[in-house]
Amino acid sequence: MVGLRSGTRDAGQIDQREDVNMGLAIALVLVLLCVVSVIMFSGHYWWFPPLISTYTGYDKQFMLTLIIVAIVFILAQLALGYFVWKYRDRAGRKATYVEGNNTMEVLWTSITFVIFIGLGILGQRVWAQFHFAEPPANAMEVEVTGQQFQWNIRYPGADGQFGRTEAKYVDESALNFVGVDPHDPAGKDDIASINRMVIPVNQPVKVLLHSKDVTHSFFVPGLRIKQDAVPGMTITIHFTATKTGEYEIPCAELCGLGHYKMRGILDVRTPVEYQQWLKKQASQE
Amino acid sequence: MGEPTHAVHVHHAPKGFIRKYIFSTDHKVIGIQYYFLALFSVVLGMLLSVLFRLHLAWPNANWDLLGKLFPTGMAGGLMTPEFYLSLVTMHGTLMVFFVLTTAPQSGFGNYFLPIQIGADDMAFPVLNMLSFWITFVALVVMVMALFATGGAPLSGWTAYPPLSALGKISGPGEGLGQTLWVISLAIFCVGSLLGALNFITTTLNLRAKGMTLLRMPLTVWAWFTTSILALLAFPVLLAGGILLVLDRVGGTSFFIPAGLVVNEQLVNHSGGSPLLWQHLFWFFGHPEVYIAILPGMGVASQLLSTFSRKPVFGYKAMFSAMLAIGFLGFFVWGHHMFISGMSPYSAVAFSLLTLAIGVPSAIKTFNWLGTLWQGKIQFTSAMLFAIGFVSLFVTGGVSGIFLGQTSLDLYLHDTYFVVGHFHMIMGVAALFGIFGATYYWFPKMFGRMLNEPLGKIHFWFTFIGVNAIFFPMHIMGVAGHPRRYSDASNFNYLSSMHPLHEFITVAAIVTATAQLFFLLNFFWSLWKGKKAEMNPWNATTLEWTVPSPPPHDNFGGKLPVVYHGAYEYSVPGAKQDFIMQDSPEKIIEAT
Repeated sequence: MVGLRSGTRDAGQIDQREDVNMGLAIALVLVLLCVVSVIMFSGHYWWFPPLISTYTGYDKQFMLTLIIVAIVFILAQLALGYFVWKYRDRAGRKATYVEGNNTMEVLWTSITFVIFIGLGILGQRVWAQFHFAEPPANAMEVEVTGQQFQWNIRYPGADGQFGRTEAKYVDESALNFVGVDPHDPAGKDDIASINRMVIPVNQPVKVLLHSKDVTHSFFVPGLRIKQDAVPGMTITIHFTATKTGEYEIPCAELCGLGHYKMRGILDVRTPVEYQQWLKKQASQE
Repeated sequence: MGEPTHAVHVHHAPKGFIRKYIFSTDHKVIGIQYYFLALFSVVLGMLLSVLFRLHLAWPNANWDLLGKLFPTGMAGGLMTPEFYLSLVTMHGTLMVFFVLTTAPQSGFGNYFLPIQIGADDMAFPVLNMLSFWITFVALVVMVMALFATGGAPLSGWTAYPPLSALGKISGPGEGLGQTLWVISLAIFCVGSLLGALNFITTTLNLRAKGMTLLRMPLTVWAWFTTSILALLAFPVLLAGGILLVLDRVGGTSFFIPAGLVVNEQLVNHSGGSPLLWQHLFWFFGHPEVYIAILPGMGVASQLLSTFSRKPVFGYKAMFSAMLAIGFLGFFVWGHHMFISGMSPYSAVAFSLLTLAIGVPSAIKTFNWLGTLWQGKIQFTSAMLFAIGFVSLFVTGGVSGIFLGQTSLDLYLHDTYFVVGHFHMIMGVAALFGIFGATYYWFPKMFGRMLNEPLGKIHFWFTFIGVNAIFFPMHIMGVAGHPRRYSDASNFNYLSSMHPLHEFITVAAIVTATAQLFFLLNFFWSLWKGKKAEMNPWNATTLEWTVPSPPPHDNFGGKLPVVYHGAYEYSVPGAKQDFIMQDSPEKIIEAT
């Protein structure tokens, strides 16, 4: 019975030269993978857009994670490549009968636990700044309402109060995209803008995020933030832009066929330019 | 540890083509049926991906031939944005459900779980047949969705409402196509649920004498753990799917809040929550990731051990890690929702639990390396894919360390970084598990060997190819490229990434074409391959103690008795470099 089973090795029987080459080839490809990875992630041929945010901790946490992950990645890939080459089947080679090693298990479990959970705890800092910290008292309020496929921006105007909105007042032909109640006096001086969000530089901004139809996502790469705009919810986020200029606001949550062209502009200006813009808008309302 | 036994009786193979090959209750035939269902789906899913990759690289090119093939989606040879999204949606759905859930678990699991534990069939053979045919109906409905009037569904494989719930007013693809999509998934859930029940019962009750839990091959542990995940996860998606269908056709408002204005029309729904769907979907969806990858982990362990001629390093750590991954996998669904609007405080808990899953994953990697260490490595095609699996698992795993951190997800969420991450790990790593399993078990399933040189060519093209496709996506994500954009040319900051899109598409075309080596090898060997021995790999598990292919009742009416663990390779003092599980040969403990 035993003899019948052992049989002769067919495809498993490999000539020695091929084994040398195959082990070497895998090792070389894995080395190449590591080299290319390091070049791509350190050469910054394509990289984050410049940071324009007070959430500076983001880039630091990313770099810390990148370095630790790179070490883990390279060590694992190289170990794989080395073992595959070194322990390839050769004439006279015998496998060692090892069933495991409890000391090693405990060691690598503890080390990875400390590293991963440590990174995880550090990885809450920017999150806490963004979500747990209250917006500064001097933050200006802007309302952003997503719709297929544009960003509706609204400022409260001189009275600092947003006019109340209701779905039944939405009238796109009259440019009332978010449905401001025409009877509410607070809404009279509201300033609306489509796809262009003008804010002053170094001014904390509190955004009230809505959506009137499907879920969208407000993403400003330079600010290092993203937040879904969910129908039926008002989600508050806050940030401070630290550099003037125009920055794109792509929608980051699939919202239908025009998702790819749902594009807003975060227009960060000097306080003087911002006030000028605001006046000009108010006179047009 | 109990040693359950059951009455031994000879099953006679049913007569007649239909009972034997179509409505068969033989777990082996059903396993092959699942495998071919997955093979059909993977070819279709891959072709769809090549189509949308063409569009991403050359959005303005005119594909006249494709225009004739898809007169609406590619009218005049140009791909519409809605057709692009439909292709992405159908690619994801086919791959996740009908390939990654089907082939590794229902396909190979069905075929080999009973044999590997020494049973003559599944616990519930008729239920098993039913599971397959339910899954088959789900596939038919899904393919119908692709050709539905009003367009194929386009809300992605995650189908977030309100987009997926509002119906036609929210745009093309949201009519009949989306309804069929949800119905198909609901049907799929039922099939998977019944399958999971069968796997669990079979593993617990039908093990042969001597097949203690601690002697089970790690593939069996993987299928068993996966079944528990499937049993607990699929009912939740089923419930979600039913609610979504009701929202779409029954006028309910589970996921649609009040006061929506869609395309200038006031929506007559109120009281629902879009986040409810996300919770239900991801409560299923995260375990689903492990449903796709755990069987691959089992296969990788089996192959690395067999072809290193060494026991699996840390067998107990290996199955414990799988159970830990499965258990923790139920408490991390929120990491898909960090930026969804759910409580940012719960996000912290989800984040730490997510990083904790990295620990058992790392344990598995270390033990795979430990298995190779001091081995006698034989580079069969199956082994190459197992080695590739470990490499891809590492690559796909480490990017999860970024995404699992709430802070870093603020920027990386919904970018190509995520696309690269999950394709590496649940996509191609799992696929490498399927390929490895195919090269390893094909001789047993079909009685013929696959061609080794062709298998090696297939491996090299595929391994280098998938790295070339998915590695650059991480870079694009770091540069802030959102996913699911049919055309990036509207954004200034995305324009510099166009060469990467072109590179990825070329790599995808080459890799997809190289799959012909596999298909050619598969179908040629099916009829013309060299006849397979009973145990061509000198492996130890029970499927190698029976003829290739095994008889109808697997063990010829005489169930095996098991004396050894699953991976007794290179035991000092043994007659050969392997001791089969049912061999009465004693292991002399070396001192």
